Amino acid sequence: MRHTISLLVENKFGVLSRISGLFSGRGYNIESLSVGETIDPQISIMTIVTSGDDQIIEQITKQLNKLIDVIKVVDMTELEHVEREMVLIKVAPKQEDKAEVLRLAEIFRGRVVDSSQRTYTIEVTGDEKKIEAIVELLKPMGIKEFMRTGKIAIAREGIKKIVLYIYPDPYMRF
Amino acid sequence: MKISGAEIFIESLKKEGVKHIFGYPGGVVLNIFDRLYDNKDIQLILTRHEQGAVHAADGYARSTGKPGVALVTSGPGATNTVTGIANASMDSIPLVVFSGQVPTMLIGNDAFQEADIVGISRPCTKYNYLAKDVRDLSRIVREAFYIAMSGRPGPVLIDLPKDVTASKTEFTWPEIKIRSYNPTYEGNKWMITQAAHLIAKSKKVVILAGGGVILSGGSKELKELAEYTDIPVTMTLMGLGGFPGTHELSLGMPGMHGTYYANKAIQESDLLIAIGMRFDDRVTGKIDAFAPHAKIIHIDIDPTSIRKNVRVDIPIVGDVKRVLTVLNKVLKEEVKEQWNEVCKAWLKQIDAWRKERPLTYTYSNEVIKPQFVVEKIHELTKGDAIIATEVGQNQMWTAQFYKFDKPRTLLTSGGLGTMGYGFPAAIGAQLAHPNKLVIDIAGDGSIQMNIQELATAVINKLPVKVAILNNRYLGMVRQWQELFFSERYSHTKLDESVPDFVKIAEAYGAVGLRATKPGEVEPVLKEAFKTKRTVFMDFVVDWKEKVFPMVPPGAPIDQMLFEKPEEKAEKKLKAVK
Repeated sequence: MRHTISLLVENKFGVLSRISGLFSGRGYNIESLSVGETIDPQISIMTIVTSGDDQIIEQITKQLNKLIDVIKVVDMTELEHVEREMVLIKVAPKQEDKAEVLRLAEIFRGRVVDSSQRTYTIEVTGDEKKIEAIVELLKPMGIKEFMRTGKIAIAREGIKKIVLYIYPDPYMRF
Repeated sequence: MKISGAEIFIESLKKEGVKHIFGYPGGVVLNIFDRLYDNKDIQLILTRHEQGAVHAADGYARSTGKPGVALVTSGPGATNTVTGIANASMDSIPLVVFSGQVPTMLIGNDAFQEADIVGISRPCTKYNYLAKDVRDLSRIVREAFYIAMSGRPGPVLIDLPKDVTASKTEFTWPEIKIRSYNPTYEGNKWMITQAAHLIAKSKKVVILAGGGVILSGGSKELKELAEYTDIPVTMTLMGLGGFPGTHELSLGMPGMHGTYYANKAIQESDLLIAIGMRFDDRVTGKIDAFAPHAKIIHIDIDPTSIRKNVRVDIPIVGDVKRVLTVLNKVLKEEVKEQWNEVCKAWLKQIDAWRKERPLTYTYSNEVIKPQFVVEKIHELTKGDAIIATEVGQNQMWTAQFYKFDKPRTLLTSGGLGTMGYGFPAAIGAQLAHPNKLVIDIAGDGSIQMNIQELATAVINKLPVKVAILNNRYLGMVRQWQELFFSERYSHTKLDESVPDFVKIAEAYGAVGLRATKPGEVEPVLKEAFKTKRTVFMDFVVDWKEKVFPMVPPGAPIDQMLFEKPEEKAEKKLKAVK
């Protein structure tokens, strides 16, 4: 099953390498990754999407937590949460498709952020399904370039719930 | 007063109570070596290879419980430490390794003797640092020692650029706090109580004790638990000495070359108490067939060890010594069930297995059996020695036939299986215990992997004894080729290429002795033990001898091969395939 894992880490050089090294060294796969500073500039937040059975996910979260530079590990999948990713799609439609492209952008609440004589660049934000849907629809119109961010996720309300699942309190899982 | 990075290095080590460093000089660490030149508090032991330095520090750490320290130069000096660091990492041994680095200005420029050792060592250290600023140096050293020694111990590497060792600042010794690192020491009381009640309810219980017992200093508590409950104890390779091998409740080692009765007991048990061990594949054999009827209580300080390989019913994260102290208390005070009668039946069953298939070998009058040498060493030392081993048959025979009664008396490369570990480790242990008998039980293959350390032992007057079980083969690999590869001995026959170890010893200024007949074994050992110098003993042993019992790879641990298994081996192998 797919899991979205949120990590608070020390904002130091080499930390990303420790985390990616953990995944590659133990044969786990990173499907998506995004990193950014938090309000506290000494701390970064990472969102990693990975997949595996329960035992593998348990190992991943424990191993991540074992890394000295990792402050907190939260498996978002166990919580009510909101996920978002963003795409920038450069479409080069034929003359007769131009109106359709703009209409699709509007339906998906996308924004045209750049246009040229032959292309539109559309920005769309949403969860994975929404992104995949618009990509499918735009494909026939001729997608020229496509950029996608990693997924970010945030828990819905109820901070206390999160605390329950933070390691190192491994008993809570059993 | 401002002092240089090199002086801060020395001051910091003094604060940490370090007396000995193992190392090798080079261009970028000259500032530090210059400060060590006339330093009275810290002695540097010059090894003849950086790998030897790290293994020696490792042997020092294993035999004392204190962190081992190594200091090497950049580039090749640093990369040569990698095997030693990985070895310590697999066995959770606390080390602090200092590597020199090219000046910060040149890092990343492919400078002379530059290697990205922080990158290279990242997966095999517990943590590592690049000290970029001299003002951080003392804090980094203090953190490194703290990280190496706390929680599940492990090696930490500090990369020291040359300019950092030269530049000056005030020396401070700041209190450290790492917000993202808080090892769990106290076991969850509720879980421990659950465990106590499960123990009381179960009828066929076995304790599996690992290296964590020794690392946490919990041998006394383990003995108390076993004796109070009458539960038999089997010790993994890393756990040997954590519980007395001569104790009537000891089942010896389990797993691939473990005893029949230990493996049988595990497979038939209804409860396993795993203490400070991590269910290595050499212990479990075929994992799906491991202890099929047993519930499992798993005590370990590292949460990732729990439920990594096997399902666990009661996980207890914590320090072995502290958890066992509480468990013993709960068992004595809160559990009322009487289980002694039940235990007797179980112990009787185990005794029957013990009689059915004891740990044994066939003695010969003509040719020296390697197991006989190990038995003699145990007999003559009465178990009062520090034993190092190399890796392969020598290691397994030592684990089987030398009964370790005390913790920290066996130095062996368990997780990584590093040939060439034993001799430098013995040197490190001898330095820490000048008056103890330290013996490396080696093979003719392994000893040649770090034989250059003879110079280190001789020049430092370290009376390490090396017993080479010389069978002119890479014996363990040969054994696998014989059993599983139709006796096709691809590149395992050393034969006439094996050097004359007596002459080698003499060339380095050590003593060389040789035994070719069983009758010579005892006199040679006695002679060696009373010599106050480094001694190489060349025991010319039966090359045909194999380590038995043996669980073929991929088989459940109670499907073992015993001596003379030619036909059986093939049958078993087919069954496994």
